Amino acid sequence: MNVPFDPLRVAAATGCDVAPVLRERGQREVFCGLTGIIWLHRKIQDAFFLVVGSRTCAHLIQSAAGVMIFAEPRFATAIIDERDLAGLADVDDELDRVVSRLLERRPDIKLLFLVGSCPSEVIKLDLSRAAARLSGNYMPRVRVLNYSGSGIETTFTQGEDACLASLVPSLPNEGNASERSLLIVGALPDVVEDQWKRLFCGLGMARVQFLPSRRAAELPPVGPNTLFLLSQPFLADTARALEERGAVRLAAPFPFGVEGTTLWLRAAADAFGISRFEFDRVTQPAAIRARRALDHYRAALLGKRIFFFPDSQLEIPLARFLAREMGMQLVEVGTPYLHRQHLAQELDLLPQGTILSEGQHLENQIDRCRTAAPDLVVCGLGLANPLEAEGLTTKWSIELLFTPTHGYEQAGDLAELFARPINRRTRLVA
Amino acid sequence: MQLTVWTYEGPPHVGAMRVATAMEGLHYVLHAPQGDTYADLLFTMIERRAKRPPVTYTTFQARDLGGDTAELFKSAVRDAYERFKPEAMIVGASCTAELIQDDPGGLGRSLGLPVPIIPLELPSYQKKENWGAAETFYQIVRAIAGARAPAAGAERTARPADRRPRCNILGPTALGFRHRDDIAEVTRLLAQLGIDIHVTAPWGARPSDIAALGDADFNVVLYPEIASPAAQWLKKAFGQPATTTVPIGVSATREFIAEVAALAGVDAAPLLDWEQSRLPWYSRSVDSTYLTGKRAFIFGDATHVLAAARIASRELGFAVVGLGSYTREYARELREAARLLGVDALITDDYLEVEARIAELQPELVLGTQMERHIAKRLGIPCAVISAPVHVQDFPARYSPQMGFEGANVIFDTWVHPLMMGLEEHLLTMFRDDHEFHDEAGPSHLDKRKSAAADESRSAPLPIVWAADAERELRKVPFFVRGKARRNTETFAQTQGLTQITVETLYDAKAHFAR
Repeated sequence: MNVPFDPLRVAAATGCDVAPVLRERGQREVFCGLTGIIWLHRKIQDAFFLVVGSRTCAHLIQSAAGVMIFAEPRFATAIIDERDLAGLADVDDELDRVVSRLLERRPDIKLLFLVGSCPSEVIKLDLSRAAARLSGNYMPRVRVLNYSGSGIETTFTQGEDACLASLVPSLPNEGNASERSLLIVGALPDVVEDQWKRLFCGLGMARVQFLPSRRAAELPPVGPNTLFLLSQPFLADTARALEERGAVRLAAPFPFGVEGTTLWLRAAADAFGISRFEFDRVTQPAAIRARRALDHYRAALLGKRIFFFPDSQLEIPLARFLAREMGMQLVEVGTPYLHRQHLAQELDLLPQGTILSEGQHLENQIDRCRTAAPDLVVCGLGLANPLEAEGLTTKWSIELLFTPTHGYEQAGDLAELFARPINRRTRLVA
Repeated sequence: MQLTVWTYEGPPHVGAMRVATAMEGLHYVLHAPQGDTYADLLFTMIERRAKRPPVTYTTFQARDLGGDTAELFKSAVRDAYERFKPEAMIVGASCTAELIQDDPGGLGRSLGLPVPIIPLELPSYQKKENWGAAETFYQIVRAIAGARAPAAGAERTARPADRRPRCNILGPTALGFRHRDDIAEVTRLLAQLGIDIHVTAPWGARPSDIAALGDADFNVVLYPEIASPAAQWLKKAFGQPATTTVPIGVSATREFIAEVAALAGVDAAPLLDWEQSRLPWYSRSVDSTYLTGKRAFIFGDATHVLAAARIASRELGFAVVGLGSYTREYARELREAARLLGVDALITDDYLEVEARIAELQPELVLGTQMERHIAKRLGIPCAVISAPVHVQDFPARYSPQMGFEGANVIFDTWVHPLMMGLEEHLLTMFRDDHEFHDEAGPSHLDKRKSAAADESRSAPLPIVWAADAERELRKVPFFVRGKARRNTETFAQTQGLTQITVETLYDAKAHFAR
């Protein structure tokens, strides 16, 4: 099964004309944007996320990860109660009280996000005004920002997008340095950041920064000399905000698998005038290692049929990786939202005739999935066990965000995430 | 607004889902924004249910708010009926939909579907999960069983002599703490008494079973937080008496047997004589003397806390140093139980308050929920889980009830296991400097986890200094009582007006607080 991989040859065998997108409306089985807090609160080590919402919001965040986080969480909910709704309590006073209690308890917090929710939006709580007021009270010790993670506005990973977009206006100006710099956008595991720093450094690109930074005080500067690469496909608002600051997006597929990673890195290398020879010299060892890692899992995945329920917006890049590098067949690739511009390079790489669906009508989609009887279903936590009980093999999609999956060194791990449920099925007899 | 780090209960519509998911042939249409579907995973992941909860969500988005969310709701109800063909439906709103005031009940009824549509009014900004479950169950019972209620004031006909007594078991839901196994244990007890189970509800019941609830002789209320309103209504409407004892612990189980035997008109003596729990003997076994006066803090829902306080103090010989609950509805009963034990009841749903109380009391054992397990782990205190909110570990593969005699066996093992074993505790005290067997190693039969030294959490900066040799001596106190020793010594020094703590002060305090 050791098919030598050649991105250019594979690319020639496919085309850009993907079948028309199936657009559906109905019940959507997706998380809201608050869920992103589960990984964001560990990424920015001195930030705190205060959801202004209902008991449902609090319950969602503590349940969504499927487990409790045993370290002291850097998130909490200010639960709106009937006194707030009836106007008996002044919402500003209440918020001031909650924030002051919180900051007293956590003097280490430097950045506080007020996170809007469905109820706070329906009652039109103006959190941006509240954030400005609280920033006035607590700066320079604590900066207070706001964004919406509500389910009526955001789907799952869009919460991260909203959060990062809210950071952009407070990024420092890049100053008058004429040198261009590269900004990598998207919350990444520290290990992935460190690997990329090393790779870019090897390419002679020292000015590489990350958004979000690990600490609030280390936010990267931005300006017209900033070129940025999105590391995740769901960062539309953040990209727009960066473009408003003059930064320029480098179009590329996303860095999943060897091919995605190579094309993504090459987009930066080309922009910084690094020769193809130099690029290959630096990246080839890791790419070759990654291909070897993928070989381990190809036998398990080759020819297997996969069905994606819409969830994280990672579906299209992952489908591209699984189809082109692991030889999987794509039955249906669902995405909650299809950003055609940011995904243009990905769509070009998808096999001809791939069925894409956007939005969701859950019951109809489950019917299609049952009829197709795929070898592997990628879906959310609410669906996985019921589908397993029906005899389907599933991969829960939230793990794709909780595991380091980007770049060369994680390509094998990413493939393994899909191979494992299939492997497991073959092991169990009882 | 309330600052909440962790919440003990979900919103009331999650309580409604626990009832709907426990039942068969019932469907719940919930007017809710996208994102609220997270609640499905509580059932499919935490409880590992093999079926999706029977819930349809409208999952409206911002763009729908300007349009017709009422129409969206109606089509969701219509489609859900067509697809699932339930015997009855419940309809309601989650917190966000409550704000847009679409009147799910009225909309649902306007569709003219050929099944009962039961509206739920669950005020999300006021009430919580258990209340929501109780209200939902009550509304379902009233709507469906109500049709068969006798005329008001009609005498209940006596059970024919040739029919065995039968009862309903009320209260077990999806996502409950050991409800699955409690049902089996209580069913077995009742069978041993010669009592038939007519209907168990909500767990496993269909709307058609609910319609027949009135045909039982009496009701067994397993979880008052959930079943009380329905049981009270059944008493009023059908003249059915209900049990008041929850059979958790050996004494409570014996009382429960006597109570149901009296309600059923059967003889309890044979079963009581045959009682087979190992708890009483294990607790009397000399090996258990080290449990004497172990300082326990108890927190959870009212039913489990009241039972745990009784078991801890009367059946295991612990000293209950604090108890509390997030169930405000039972504050009176909890305060009374606390008063009898000479402690204050902490009635709160604020996790931070519970954390502060545990840190202050420095108990040797915490009996709590998954939240307290979290707190206890950080403070390095042994902990056993006794109550919801639940975690995937609270749905063990093995039979593991809390109720009945087998439940008492399970409780003995679960509560005693996290503690240092008797002789081990002595050896630790005698040879504190052993490099392997030192106090930070933790109980040898448990994980080697480093105790997050509870003694570091000093209550407040005191104008008292510890002499170096006293500090060294304090390190020799086993870690699970070191925090208490530090606090006691500081309190003692303060009352004595001392500014420095010496080794002498440490031992003076030890003698002063000797128990």
